[in-house]
Amino acid sequence: MALYNIFNIAGSALSANSVLLNTTASNMANANSVTSNTGDTYQAKHPVFATLYQNQRVSQSNLPGVQVTDIISSNAEPIRKHSPEHPMADEDGYIYMANINLVEEMANMITASRAYQTNLQVADTAKKLLQQTLKLGQ
Amino acid sequence: MAISIDKVMQYHETALLLRSKRSEVLASNIANANTPGYKAKDFDFSRALQEAQSAQQSSMVKTHQNHFGPSGVSDVSMKYIVPFQTGTGDGNSVDLPSQQTAFAQNALEYQMSMRFLNSKIKGMLSALKGE
Repeated sequence: MALYNIFNIAGSALSANSVLLNTTASNMANANSVTSNTGDTYQAKHPVFATLYQNQRVSQSNLPGVQVTDIISSNAEPIRKHSPEHPMADEDGYIYMANINLVEEMANMITASRAYQTNLQVADTAKKLLQQTLKLGQ
Repeated sequence: MAISIDKVMQYHETALLLRSKRSEVLASNIANANTPGYKAKDFDFSRALQEAQSAQQSSMVKTHQNHFGPSGVSDVSMKYIVPFQTGTGDGNSVDLPSQQTAFAQNALEYQMSMRFLNSKIKGMLSALKGE
């Protein structure tokens, strides 16, 4: 029955969006972290979404969910800041901060939480419909 | 007078199966609302119901395994939705609000079909009991 498949589809979207929420939280938490060289600086992480087919056969009636295929690290240059009094400053007096776009991260957070809510609602509706179907004729 | 239970139930049964299929299609669209390159799909419910009905009424028989059967509930012809807003930047054509409302409406119509079916069963039961 097609209604059971909704749990797989909505469930895949829930996990994909929680990955997005997780990476966003990690990026925002590290927005102010400081290192003393460019190599160790935190790079923003972003998940890549792709359609996920339940079985290998891609056909019209095979309806896809969503999956996270990869998490890519941003290659934005770390922010170099002259701060000689900072305990982590290098010998030239520079510290390096993660180059994170907080506005972009906030937008991603809202996208993820809204999508999570929507898909949860979908799964909940499917559950209600199935429960009512079980009561048919009673 | 002979009552065929199968015939009494058939219409709503087909409708229920198609409704559940459509809710699956819409759930898939909603799940992929943020997937780059995904194209939203849907099918015409009333046409699919008509096709399924006529497929059940016709008495075509498959005499070979490679024969095409009449299109039933399992293989409805899916179409891509013409996007409301062209060029969202990532090739995705899902319009989330319209899909959400369509999903809610479809769920209500599923419940409606269920209620019709339930009242048929109730009617049959009371006829059997003779109360």
